Amino acid sequence: MRQLLEIYLIAERNVRKVIRTPQFLVVEIFVQPVIFVLLFAYVFGGAIHVANGSYIDFLLPGILVQTATFSGLNTGLAVAEDLRNGLMDRFWSLPMSRFSVIIGRIVADTLLSALAVVVMIGVGTVIGFRFHAGLVEALGAVGIAILAGATFGVVGALLAVIFRTPEGIQGVGFALIFPIVFASSVFVPVSTMPSWLQAIASHTPITATVDAVRALSLGLPLQQLPLTAVAWLLAMIVLVGGAAAVIYGRMGAAIRG
Amino acid sequence: MSQAIVIEELRKSFGKTVALAGVNLAVPAGIVYGLLGPNGAGKTTVVRILATLLRADAGRAFVDSHDVARQGDSVRRVIGLTGQYAALDEALTGRENLVLIGRLLGLRAPDAKRRAAELIEQVGLTESADRSVRTYSGGMRRRVDLAASLVGRPRVLFLDEPTTGLDPASRLALWELIGATVRDGATVLLTSQYLEEVDRLASRIAVLDHGRVLAEGTPGELKARAGGQVVAVRVVAERVGQAMSALAPMGHVRRELDEVTVPAHGETGLTEAMRRLADAGIVVDEIALRRPTLDEVFLNLTNGGGKQDAAAA
Repeated sequence: MRQLLEIYLIAERNVRKVIRTPQFLVVEIFVQPVIFVLLFAYVFGGAIHVANGSYIDFLLPGILVQTATFSGLNTGLAVAEDLRNGLMDRFWSLPMSRFSVIIGRIVADTLLSALAVVVMIGVGTVIGFRFHAGLVEALGAVGIAILAGATFGVVGALLAVIFRTPEGIQGVGFALIFPIVFASSVFVPVSTMPSWLQAIASHTPITATVDAVRALSLGLPLQQLPLTAVAWLLAMIVLVGGAAAVIYGRMGAAIRG
Repeated sequence: MSQAIVIEELRKSFGKTVALAGVNLAVPAGIVYGLLGPNGAGKTTVVRILATLLRADAGRAFVDSHDVARQGDSVRRVIGLTGQYAALDEALTGRENLVLIGRLLGLRAPDAKRRAAELIEQVGLTESADRSVRTYSGGMRRRVDLAASLVGRPRVLFLDEPTTGLDPASRLALWELIGATVRDGATVLLTSQYLEEVDRLASRIAVLDHGRVLAEGTPGELKARAGGQVVAVRVVAERVGQAMSALAPMGHVRRELDEVTVPAHGETGLTEAMRRLADAGIVVDEIALRRPTLDEVFLNLTNGGGKQDAAAA
């Protein structure tokens, strides 16, 4: 009970912080996702041919997941910033659970990435995106996209407790996230990749998640896709979150000097 | 007198660097206790261990009778911490920062708001309380930061170099706040590299260098320990060298800017110094018998290890 209140208080602070910082709100929630939607739809859309349907229908589920991964990096950057500017010291010296600080952050970023999902679906709809299955499938697609947001928030938290500085996360995070995002079914069908790359790309959590969101959006045969995606995401939350919790729990050596 | 902080044989290393090489301290309740030392002396490490942010490698430490290693939560309930950097959320207002800390400390929303309002008035930030911290000056940040560490009415307050980088007026304002906190019954552990600061605020001082306590006592005791009185002589800058050689037979001569000091060795020291300077034909601007300053004590104790810092202070 007490910890839930702490998580709520920290999450509220983080949401308020983003709302107060227009460049954050505008860039992370609106500009960046919208630019990705428009850029890929119009710049690459003409060159990329997908089986059954338009490219925007294919693209949007991918962009939802791609945005979730970037939002996770933002979580990591924000945690590292708190570590650096001493705010974490203050929280750690209070009689509260230190885990609430991180969980609250992830909750806040998940809410914000849910907002970004809504915005992207809105923009996508304007330029021709449609959900082709029923309401339940549409909600399922949105739900998995949001779960992906939470999952990559946990990944960001792990990067933060390992690298501890925004610079470290920016470098390693992008070096790690970029290839795994592009070598997936986010922007193009995996079947168009060379076979060695297909072998890798078809077995990443990103591809699993995108395939599930896409199948639910487009009304494709679901097979085990949603289940596989949720299993991937939950397993990542448990494993990555567990590793982050162990490192973070032991942390306390002077962060600066 | 009861002890607010007790430290026994505390040791801590970071890799090969020894931060604390067996520190012992006892801080009586209800006073400002100064922890004085140059950069890298181990002051911040002591504070971080006491605030449960860092685990010691060996030794024990108690805050308000709670073991910092075993009863972290009880310790965190009675302490406040203000570090070298203002630990505030830049995007929130000063008031929101204080309310958040109050809520995290378990106050109900109305109580947290009331406490924040009280502190805002106490630290004199009524006008800017509802602006985001981003717009605050360094002095204002420190004041809100100090207020944040006071929200829970801590019995023990850690102030780790709270006035580093502040202009003189803000420093003075902060000193007054620290004084007021102790009058309310808290114990303050103040670390500083500024001798003037601890001399002014602290009723007891420990001098720390290279992870060891070199001396401990009241400012008066420490000054007395550095030896008896000194003869302090001021001459025009170009005569400083000559004055130093003239006084050298009396003992170890020190120089700071245009002031030269030498141990007095009793009542005759002053007349002896005057005679020696007169014999050397040096015109003296000012000559006096006085107790050594804490600066001189500090330099004596740290054996020059903190010379640069002390001179800057």
